[in-house]
Amino acid sequence: MDFDALMLSRMQFAFVIAFHILFPAFTIGLSAFLAVCEGLWLKTGREVFKQLYLHWIKIFALAFAMGVVSGVVMSYQFGTNWSVFSDRTGSVLGPLLGYEVLTAFFLEASFLGVMLFGWNKVGRKLHFAATVIVALGTSISAFWILSANSWMQTPQGFDIDPVTGNFFATSWVEVIFNASFPSRYAHMMLAAFITTAAVVLAAGAWQTVRGHKSEPTRWQMRMAAGTLAVLMPLQIWAGHWSGEVAHEHQPAKVAAMEGWCETLDVQGTILVAWPADNECGRAEITIPGTSPYLFNTDEPLRALSSFAEEDQPPLWLVFWSFRIMVGSGLAMLAFGVWGLFLWWRGRLDRPGLFHWLAIPGGSLGFIAVITGWIVAEVGRQPWTVYNVLRTVDSVSPVEAGQVALTLLIFMTVYAIIFTAGTIYMARIATRGFDDHPPDIDHGERRAPGSPLGAVDDPAQTPDDTIATV
Amino acid sequence: MDFLQLDLPLIWAVLIAVAIMMYVLLDGMDLGIGMLTAFAGDEDERNMMTATVEPVWDGNETWLVLGGGGLFAAFPLAYSILMPAFYLPVILMLAALIFRGVAFEFRHKAVRRPTRLFWNGAFYGGSFAAALCQGIILGGFIQGVTVEGRAFAGGALDWLTPFSLMVGFGVVAGYVLLGACWLVLKTEAELQAKARRWATLALVAVAIGFAAISLATLSIDPRVTERWGFSMTHLEPGKLLPLGLIPLAGLALTLALARDLVTGSAKAPDWRPYLLAAGIFLSGYLGLAVSLFPWLVPFAFTVHETAARDNALGFMLVGAAIMLPVILGYTAYVYSVFWGKVKPGDGYHSA
Repeated sequence: MDFDALMLSRMQFAFVIAFHILFPAFTIGLSAFLAVCEGLWLKTGREVFKQLYLHWIKIFALAFAMGVVSGVVMSYQFGTNWSVFSDRTGSVLGPLLGYEVLTAFFLEASFLGVMLFGWNKVGRKLHFAATVIVALGTSISAFWILSANSWMQTPQGFDIDPVTGNFFATSWVEVIFNASFPSRYAHMMLAAFITTAAVVLAAGAWQTVRGHKSEPTRWQMRMAAGTLAVLMPLQIWAGHWSGEVAHEHQPAKVAAMEGWCETLDVQGTILVAWPADNECGRAEITIPGTSPYLFNTDEPLRALSSFAEEDQPPLWLVFWSFRIMVGSGLAMLAFGVWGLFLWWRGRLDRPGLFHWLAIPGGSLGFIAVITGWIVAEVGRQPWTVYNVLRTVDSVSPVEAGQVALTLLIFMTVYAIIFTAGTIYMARIATRGFDDHPPDIDHGERRAPGSPLGAVDDPAQTPDDTIATV
Repeated sequence: MDFLQLDLPLIWAVLIAVAIMMYVLLDGMDLGIGMLTAFAGDEDERNMMTATVEPVWDGNETWLVLGGGGLFAAFPLAYSILMPAFYLPVILMLAALIFRGVAFEFRHKAVRRPTRLFWNGAFYGGSFAAALCQGIILGGFIQGVTVEGRAFAGGALDWLTPFSLMVGFGVVAGYVLLGACWLVLKTEAELQAKARRWATLALVAVAIGFAAISLATLSIDPRVTERWGFSMTHLEPGKLLPLGLIPLAGLALTLALARDLVTGSAKAPDWRPYLLAAGIFLSGYLGLAVSLFPWLVPFAFTVHETAARDNALGFMLVGAAIMLPVILGYTAYVYSVFWGKVKPGDGYHSA
């Protein structure tokens, strides 16, 4: 591997976007969860949903801030590290990102203030509206960014200027609703909801293990397990749909995902293979003859080695990421079904094996999201715009030293804020619910209505015995 | 709609300029308050200061995303030249904004003294570094970048000059002024009196800094001096006199603000200093526009030469025409929800 500006820029982009995606994936789901909780509270008047709302909004505030600051970075990375890509694709992708800012970013950011600090300043219905608007904003944002990214996977509705070599749109409908967009948008939104459900379940399990039994703890586990059990099957379907589209438009990507070593009419499903490369004769465990059930095609199924060498994505990374993603998804499905079973048997709030496993299980959604994106984006290589613009032709004319330095800066900064943020979020998430919470409007603890309500006070943290200034 | 009749690149240049101006006036004030928290008397006071912007800072920062995203969308060539040209200051600015942004939340979460001090430092340090980098980028932009073909062709540290550093500190002083004036509006009593003193000091720095930057800008390129209607050899009163109103307005606003800050609440309403400070920024911004228009990559490419295709600009203009009024509307609504003085009780108590 050659650590030139290209390789370093790819590493930097992979790093900053992988870090960033964790937070939108979580906040898209969490904002929807908060909207459901607040809606249920307004509708049923049951205190438990208000408690859930006021608990999770504190975590949401932290996660959202981390998503915002790491997201601002993304809007500049295209220019700093991928300036040729920006120049070439600006007239196509630029408007999509512009619409994202205009229709989503301002909406989220502005109403977040009302959501976090407006509890006592606006009426209940207006506050609920702010929550719903923030949740909607996150989905709209995902719409545009998935559209732009999907266009890079399945470019259409464009032409190329013969003088400058720049892309321009010939049909905006075709650009926005490109072939891979619907399936990938569904796949990503479901991933966000599932990721959040796994986290909520883990937090509930942790509280249960620590002996904090309470109505909200019970309800958050029920809601999370139910969400996993319902959405995971849908996600498997969306993932399959996405795979079919990829097979039609990006066969090399699917060849790398499947890891077939030779082109055949009927292929098996390789569960594991070592070493993960193109050569036949490696050690592998395969379920034979599965392809007719998975691929709706009469064509032979191509192995990666049948593509020109300069058009192949790296096999091992895509191959293993895909397996980790699928494995994480199946594990979350199991947690959902298992949780519902325990609920049915009335054992959901008795600490047991389920709870101990569900705690680390809270990371499964994030693992699936990251590995899923590796499949999608590394599988797209060696192109930035599939089959049209190569990655090697997209990079900025900056020196490798600068890119290495800034990569180091990002790694340091993100390591610090990730560690601190995770600790602060985990502290809140694992804290039990008080069955008789202080009156939030008049209590001594800061109410969410006061300007600092959402950011919580250390007096409530588990280690409040530590002297503070 | 027939877009052929509209000068779309020009419209977008104005829209992006407005977005950047909004960013400067709104998040500039957040960054100024951030820097001033370094001088807060105690933690309570610091919390009061941050409470004046906590519900709105996120929306304020979004104007920067519109500025950056808008530049990519409307002027991809300018974006693809300027970003590599200012590679290091842009990324340092982003890193600083990351610290500033999370510190808004994290400083309340830290239970131990060292971590709290760390996040307090990240807050004012990040605010300062972000402001300085933004000023340096502006300075580097004014002095122009080296271009070959359609790409940046200069060195990694071309932006680092005495001039860009001067602009950097000018922007720092300006943001402190905006922040201090916002505190005059949002606080009372002791903290407000402090804010007035901070604003007065910042105003002196701004007056000197902006004047020095303006004069230095005139010497950057003969085309700039020409634009203002004079050169080493001749003077064109027909150009200079109307344009000269801009710096004169800036001067008048500076004097008015100085008077307001000295007389205090009794004679000057608390909202006026912030508006006057915004006016000073606006005069500087207009002066800059006069100096540099139509260059978008000074002095290599103009607004029209770097613009995206008309169908892209037109498609986005539909969205902007509908969404910008909506955005301004709900931004105003959110500000109105949190209107009024921040009370000491609203501030953050230490445990």
